[in-house]
Amino acid sequence: MRKVAIYGKGGIGKSTTTQNTVAGLAEMGRKVMVVGCDPKADSTRLLLGGLAQKSVLDTLREEGEDVDLEDIRRTGFSGTVCVESGGPEPGVGCAGRGIITSINLLEQLGAYADSEHLDYAFYDVLGDVVCGGFAMPIREGKAQEIYIVVSGEMMAMYAANNICKGIVKFAEAGGVRLGGLICNSRNVDNEREMIEALAAKLGTQMIHFIPRDNMVQRAEINRKTVIEYDPTHSQADEYRTLARKIEANKMHVIPKPMSTDDLEKLLIEYGLAG
Amino acid sequence: MLLRHTPNEIKERSALTINPAKTCQPIGAMYAALGIHKCLPHSHGSQGCYAYHRSTLTRHYKEPVMAATSAFTEGASVFGGQANLLQSINNIFSVYEPDVIAVHTTCLSETIGDDIPQIIAKARDEGKIPAGKYVIHANTPSYVGTHVTGFANMVKGMVDYFAEANGHKEQWINIIPGYVEPCDMEEIKRLTKELGVPSIMFPDTSEVLNGPQTGKFHMFPAGGVTTADLMRTGAAVGTVALGRLASGPAARALDTKCKVPCEILDLPIGLKATDIFIDTLRQIAGVTVPDAINLERGRLLDVITDMHQYFYGRKVALAGDPDQLISLTQFLVDLDMWPIHIVTGTPGKKFETRIKEITRESPYPVNVRAGGDMFLLHQWIRNERVDLMLGNTYMKYIARDEDIPLVRYGFPILDRIGHSYFPTVGYRGGLRLLEKILDALLDRKDRDAPEESFELVM
Repeated sequence: MRKVAIYGKGGIGKSTTTQNTVAGLAEMGRKVMVVGCDPKADSTRLLLGGLAQKSVLDTLREEGEDVDLEDIRRTGFSGTVCVESGGPEPGVGCAGRGIITSINLLEQLGAYADSEHLDYAFYDVLGDVVCGGFAMPIREGKAQEIYIVVSGEMMAMYAANNICKGIVKFAEAGGVRLGGLICNSRNVDNEREMIEALAAKLGTQMIHFIPRDNMVQRAEINRKTVIEYDPTHSQADEYRTLARKIEANKMHVIPKPMSTDDLEKLLIEYGLAG
Repeated sequence: MLLRHTPNEIKERSALTINPAKTCQPIGAMYAALGIHKCLPHSHGSQGCYAYHRSTLTRHYKEPVMAATSAFTEGASVFGGQANLLQSINNIFSVYEPDVIAVHTTCLSETIGDDIPQIIAKARDEGKIPAGKYVIHANTPSYVGTHVTGFANMVKGMVDYFAEANGHKEQWINIIPGYVEPCDMEEIKRLTKELGVPSIMFPDTSEVLNGPQTGKFHMFPAGGVTTADLMRTGAAVGTVALGRLASGPAARALDTKCKVPCEILDLPIGLKATDIFIDTLRQIAGVTVPDAINLERGRLLDVITDMHQYFYGRKVALAGDPDQLISLTQFLVDLDMWPIHIVTGTPGKKFETRIKEITRESPYPVNVRAGGDMFLLHQWIRNERVDLMLGNTYMKYIARDEDIPLVRYGFPILDRIGHSYFPTVGYRGGLRLLEKILDALLDRKDRDAPEESFELVM
């Protein structure tokens, strides 16, 4: 089984990209589990057709410590296995601890056991690596492969660089590696070139450039992935391509994060070139 | 009447524990770690945790308990405890020179999410762990489980870090004694030796927390399982684990990691559980039970029959840890006593099922609660009085208010001695338990008997 974690700045499209890519992998016949690591618990909405899934932590809170795997797993599009960690509402409690608790629980309950015959486990992780809890999916023995969703906007690139700093720390001790950057286009000038340059500086690759298309928005309103909503649309093929590229990806590196100055230089160079 | 406000009417509580029948995970982890030879337990958190855990152990064992702490400040809480732990490892190995540092986490380091294996790996890379020395760890958030869970987690940590398979099976067996007193571990070792079974016991706190006064202070006392023996556990022919909750996880980890098959038994407290323990060892070793052990068993049986009239039909209330309570309840039932109120602070549904099974022939309704507290136990007692109580020192408040004899048993015992020197496991241990129970019952009988039936011979 390959365990993959998706990181990136908040609002960059991690959940959308993850679910569409997972739909692509599922279409290829792979058995995939998606673990949403976001207190908003919206990482599996498109795969489940809008079904609000009961989160691990809600289940734990309501049913006590005797939780069964079937209480917290739902089957979504094309046999994908969906889990939402959940967590507290904004302003209270500790979301990071929530992630730790729910991943520990999934392991205890055997969600990753060989008998589940999973080909992939995807962790869709909230925003930036902030506290220990959000690094949980990339600790020893968990996700070995990370993809960062990014766009040509300054703050998204800044976040990607920051996440790389987190990866370095865990890469040295455990086995986690960066698989590449996924550019979720915002139609910024010179975007493709800029992200390719960023990837090169970080010592990785831009694994795929997803063009901006309103079809994604339409599919989302209909609570579906693009692959399910309109399988023949060109945007569906983009996600299929990304799925295939991830499946074939052999480039796993320890990233070389940049200083903020270098990052800004890069931005000026490509931003002004447009 | 310190507990005079306890109401008779029992209301279901959705929150709030009053007078808990449990304590913190790290206390169990610290106790287990002390059962490794030359091991310094290390509390990864603020100083208050470590001071409390050490003092609770010291008050129970009346021995100095050595441990270290990461001494979190506000800074560590915000930036993570990595820097503190790295510094600690460096200091400890250069100043105190233990063989092993056993790190356990606390609520704070768990909540901020410190990744201990990653920090240990970093310490090794930076050369802070000298050759032949080890740093192991267990995750012990106190908001999950209890001291029993902490003990189990640290014992499992010993397997995770040390056990090595060497490709073939050697003749020895592993014994995981459970969360019992140092003298109990000694007694389990003695019985095993008496049967002629070569064994490695881990953890082993005998001669660590029940050592002699020699006039000299030893930072690391003589006892404890060595790291070399811990490594050899992976090559054993089998594991006998005593106590499902305290020893089960380590035994199963050994099976998974090194393919060492395990038998998980009840703690050998009382006649039946000891019989099963001895019989299991006998079968593994392929020996007959030696006369010396049959003699001990015969003596226990003799006292049970001699004094049966005093046990018969007495109602008992118990509080303590699940592994102990299961064997104790069975023992009391075997004596024709009736345990009717049983509480443990450690959660787990299997416990309640098991106790109900053991007490199914009881003429009284049996109250049992896993994850309960002593307040609830007191309420039950006020509704259905008992003749005897067994439990730790905190039970003395109920005993005094309700004027019911109390036999001190379990953890912690803060106001009497003996528990760390005289075992309650095995046939001899059973005999000691009977002595304590009879003393309590007969003292009460003597106190309350009217003049015309005040007996000289009992």
